Amino acid sequence: MIGLEHYLTVAAALFVVGIFGLFLNRKNIIILLMSLELILLAVNINLVAFSVHSGDLVGQVFTLFVLTVAAAEAAIGLAILVCFFRNRGTIDVEDVNVMKG
Amino acid sequence: MLAGDIDVIRPEISLSVYAMLALIGGAFFGKDRLTVPLLWLTAVVLAATAWWIGLRTGEAAAFGGMFLDDGYARFAKVAILLSAAVVLLLSRDYLERQGLLHFEYPILIVFCTVGMMVMVSAGDLIALYMGLELQALSAYVLTAIRRDSVRSTEAGLKFFVLGALSSGLLLYGASLTYGYAGTTAFTGIAQAVADGASIGLLFGLVFVIAGLAFKISAAPFHMWTPDVYEGAPTPVTAYLATASKVAAVVLLARVVHEAFGGVTGDWQQIVAFLAVISMFLGGIAAIGQRDIKRMLAYSSIGHMGFALMGLAAGTAFGVQAMLIYMAIYVVMNLGTFAFVLSMERDGQPVTDIRMLNLYARREPLRALALLVLLFSLAGVPPMIGFFGKLYVLRAAYEGGLLWLVLLGAVATVISAFFYLRIVYYMYFGKEEEPLDRRMAPVHWAVMMLSAAAMLVGVVNLFGIESLAAAAAATLVN
Repeated sequence: MIGLEHYLTVAAALFVVGIFGLFLNRKNIIILLMSLELILLAVNINLVAFSVHSGDLVGQVFTLFVLTVAAAEAAIGLAILVCFFRNRGTIDVEDVNVMKG
Repeated sequence: MLAGDIDVIRPEISLSVYAMLALIGGAFFGKDRLTVPLLWLTAVVLAATAWWIGLRTGEAAAFGGMFLDDGYARFAKVAILLSAAVVLLLSRDYLERQGLLHFEYPILIVFCTVGMMVMVSAGDLIALYMGLELQALSAYVLTAIRRDSVRSTEAGLKFFVLGALSSGLLLYGASLTYGYAGTTAFTGIAQAVADGASIGLLFGLVFVIAGLAFKISAAPFHMWTPDVYEGAPTPVTAYLATASKVAAVVLLARVVHEAFGGVTGDWQQIVAFLAVISMFLGGIAAIGQRDIKRMLAYSSIGHMGFALMGLAAGTAFGVQAMLIYMAIYVVMNLGTFAFVLSMERDGQPVTDIRMLNLYARREPLRALALLVLLFSLAGVPPMIGFFGKLYVLRAAYEGGLLWLVLLGAVATVISAFFYLRIVYYMYFGKEEEPLDRRMAPVHWAVMMLSAAAMLVGVVNLFGIESLAAAAAATLVN
């Protein structure tokens, strides 16, 4: 029987994979965007699992909002990435270094 | 029922409708020819909305408690709207000279401002998230609005990646909070933590605070701040440094007090920890900066540390001190950025602080105004920046955090160094190539008014003390 804790474990694993993808990835900014998407999907699994477990619909409504915002966020991220590519001619993470923070 | 709800959020709806109409008008008619009238009109609309909100009274909740209109939210909204209006006034000259007069600029500022208004009024995790994202997505685009500049797009990219990461952290915290409290409403969460928070709720709380700390650029979540401040067009930097900081700090205070007010001891340590690191990192890292925008970025990190110190006290007086601090911070930053916007040499904007060498000999009045603003930022007594610091230190002391007060005093002394170094350059530096003498009248006026406010405000702080007290009382009871 698959219970709440199994879903939470999968979500936590996905979340951690996403975070590691952000920080360990040294190649490509597209991979950063995929990692961000992974983090949001982990949250969605969490929300739906909790929602079903507690019989409360608010969690699923929240999930729909998160999905919508994630789509908008990806669109804006890609738009900024295209502008960046036009200026630099590269999307390597290592080349995002004009300013040293 | 619905009519009553609509009535509560009428200012936000009106602003959104205004922005959408302006977007259609801009796309349909003249494109960028409309930008200058639209800038003035938008500034007037934002100021009028601030006036409208300031005249409202009472407490109301809309949509089943998702959206709250109380004195606390109104105090923040007035500060946000007025600073957005001033930023728009400051923008025209800079945008015109940089060829950035896109008609989308004022519209994006309005959307961003609406997002902030939803943030400070949120009474539910869903409303919180939607407001935060509306604000953040508009801010990413504004940062990268100079499409042909490597710095601007790079700043936009960094802001986007780290901002999206912080939203992810916040959402993960929100999902855990929802799961363990069984509801997303702040009042429901408050009931769930009434007899101690479970371990799941504590994890949720930590993730939510971490996500919001990104937004207010509190150390150790500050890495994006200097790059974004440096790369973004200067009016956008001014906007990020004022309005968006107020919104995020106010939102953080609402979450910890309204949803987690029952477990003050649990979040107090986290907030105090963020405050200490921010104050010291802001003060020490700014010393090495040569770029005035980067320096102001570290300065804002330090200032956020002080604002969080008020919050860490965990009392109504602490929230009041935090609100006063943010109001003063916004006024002095607007004045300082008005000056930064006017820094030019041969018609090109410059940001190196060594350009200010012996500025006092050429422009004594402006140098004096900048001196007043910098002294106020540093917290030197006769200016009101000192009183802002005094309030948060007193709040922390009365909240029993004596160690935090002592560390705050040390951090003030450290951070005074880099402000005073600019004053040193202006009055005793070596002669070098000077800045242009030109300064747009609006920049001059905002800078002088802000500097005057730093001195005149000593009399009674313009009455914001009692306003902030009333606002804090509606949040903490």
